[in-house]
Amino acid sequence: MLNDPKNYSENVKAFQPRIPYVKNSLKAFLVGGLICLFGQFLETFYIHFFHFTKQSAGNPTVATLILIATLMTGFGIYDKLARFAGAGSIVPVTGFANTITSAALEHKSEGIVLGIATNLFSLAGAVIVFGVVSAAVLGIIRLFIEKAF
Amino acid sequence: MSQVRKQTWRFDHPIYIAATGTVVGPLEAQGPLSGHFDKAYKTLDCGEKTWVEAERALMRRAISFCLAKAGKAEGDMDLFLAGDLMDQTVTSNFIARENRIPFLGMFGACSTSMETLAQSAQLVDSGFAKNVLCAVSSHNATAERQFRYPTEYGGPSNPTQTFTVTGAGAAIVTREKGKVRIREATIGRVIDWGMGDPNNMGTAMAPAAADTIWTHFQDTGRTPEDYDMIVTGDLSSVGSPILNELLIEKGLDITRVHQDSGLMIYSPEQPVNAGGSGCACSAVVTYGYLFKRLAEGSLKRIFVVATGALLNSSTTKQKDTIPCIAHGVVLESAKEET
Amino acid sequence: MIFLYAFLVGGAICLIGQLLLDIFKWTPAHLVVIFVVLGAVLDVFGLYDRLIDFAGAGASVPITSFGHSLLHGAMSEGHQHGYLGIAIGIFKLTSAGITSAILFGFLVALLFKPKG
Repeated sequence: MLNDPKNYSENVKAFQPRIPYVKNSLKAFLVGGLICLFGQFLETFYIHFFHFTKQSAGNPTVATLILIATLMTGFGIYDKLARFAGAGSIVPVTGFANTITSAALEHKSEGIVLGIATNLFSLAGAVIVFGVVSAAVLGIIRLFIEKAF
Repeated sequence: MSQVRKQTWRFDHPIYIAATGTVVGPLEAQGPLSGHFDKAYKTLDCGEKTWVEAERALMRRAISFCLAKAGKAEGDMDLFLAGDLMDQTVTSNFIARENRIPFLGMFGACSTSMETLAQSAQLVDSGFAKNVLCAVSSHNATAERQFRYPTEYGGPSNPTQTFTVTGAGAAIVTREKGKVRIREATIGRVIDWGMGDPNNMGTAMAPAAADTIWTHFQDTGRTPEDYDMIVTGDLSSVGSPILNELLIEKGLDITRVHQDSGLMIYSPEQPVNAGGSGCACSAVVTYGYLFKRLAEGSLKRIFVVATGALLNSSTTKQKDTIPCIAHGVVLESAKEET
Repeated sequence: MIFLYAFLVGGAICLIGQLLLDIFKWTPAHLVVIFVVLGAVLDVFGLYDRLIDFAGAGASVPITSFGHSLLHGAMSEGHQHGYLGIAIGIFKLTSAGITSAILFGFLVALLFKPKG
């Protein structure tokens, strides 16, 4: 019985299209994996040719990936990749760059200060807030435990 | 005008649509109805600097096509009824600033197309206006930007999601004899059956469409056989089977005559997930394709039910469910009258 | 071998993310936020460092490594300066990423036009 306002959201489930879990997961795996593989090539490149250490090579690698991602957003390619890959292009650091660039670009019409600069972190801000808060809390706890014992 | 039961208006005078104008974006022009629109822009920005200006260009062009076809000027219009999906319906407001016609802004989300048409017919019928211009628009990028994500972000796609149609439709409602007659209108109630997913409007809106269609048949005493087509606004491939099932359970089978404009405007291969949506979806299908079929007489009587999800981007984040509405207008071919 | 592991581990992290999007209907914002916190939590036990040793960019490119780097930077200064060091060091390792994202994002927004 579909004509039941109280239980509509339950009863209507039979009419919902199936989400292609396997296909979506494969696409995310493939694209995400390839982005990381490309990152590994970059890292190896920076270690061999610019004498970065294994620990410090992460910095130029991430910066390069971010540069490429922001350009892809600018040229209108990253959104197409994102629609195809889902989490495969959201989870890598390139997705972080895309949230920053796309939000800034979208609000360009409202000006450089009130549009671009104000909206730069409108989507990406949440990542930094949660990252900093969780790292600070965990850091304090860990330091407290280390000092106590 | 006389009221046939509570929700349905039957117009006393013969009310006609004198002419229509329809403009669409690039993706709609690749769809199966491409030949039925007055103009298709080749790019999504319609040659303008920003998305909002692009949407304004759509409505402006749709109106100018409509006026030209009717052989009328802006000054001949007594009223301008328009709406769109933007905050404070700015597209309509700014077009009204240009054309200087006395203006009533309307909002019924994607049901605005039939809301403005029904209201225009009522104003002409009651004699408060001789010629009323009504128009709606929607633009994929302005809607994405306002309701979802920045256009370059590329949010993950979902099989229940609909794709906002880029386009605008305009019509002139008058008592002067024309080829398409507006017979009745059924005004919808706001229905909310507890769906809160903004990426699944079809499921949320189907009960509203079912309520309006059911009420229409109760009010008029007609049966689905009296119609050549019952066209819903933008229920998409998800909401359409739900609508049919809701009505079949109540003993009303419209499956044979039912079509959805969100499914008519795009072909299944196009990357639009569940189908088209937006004010322009029902407007360009009705004013472009269906208007032609009625004018040439290959359709005799149709019932267009535009559906709207009355939410904004904050209400869904605040975990509110989606109030939905559907307004229907009965259009008839007036070919045999002439 | 590191290349293969980078592909597999990076892909697997994204695959988990996709399942969370599809099954629990999370928004992308919720997904990345939880992954960042998860990265920080895994770093408390030193697990994330082992994953980076094993998979290289497969672990350092996903956003989880952002949480890990934040905590790493915080701890390195924290060990020297105590609790105040956490605030001093938190952006120490992620500075390159955040700076380049702001700089390049700003420049691209200045130079390009959204295409839709």
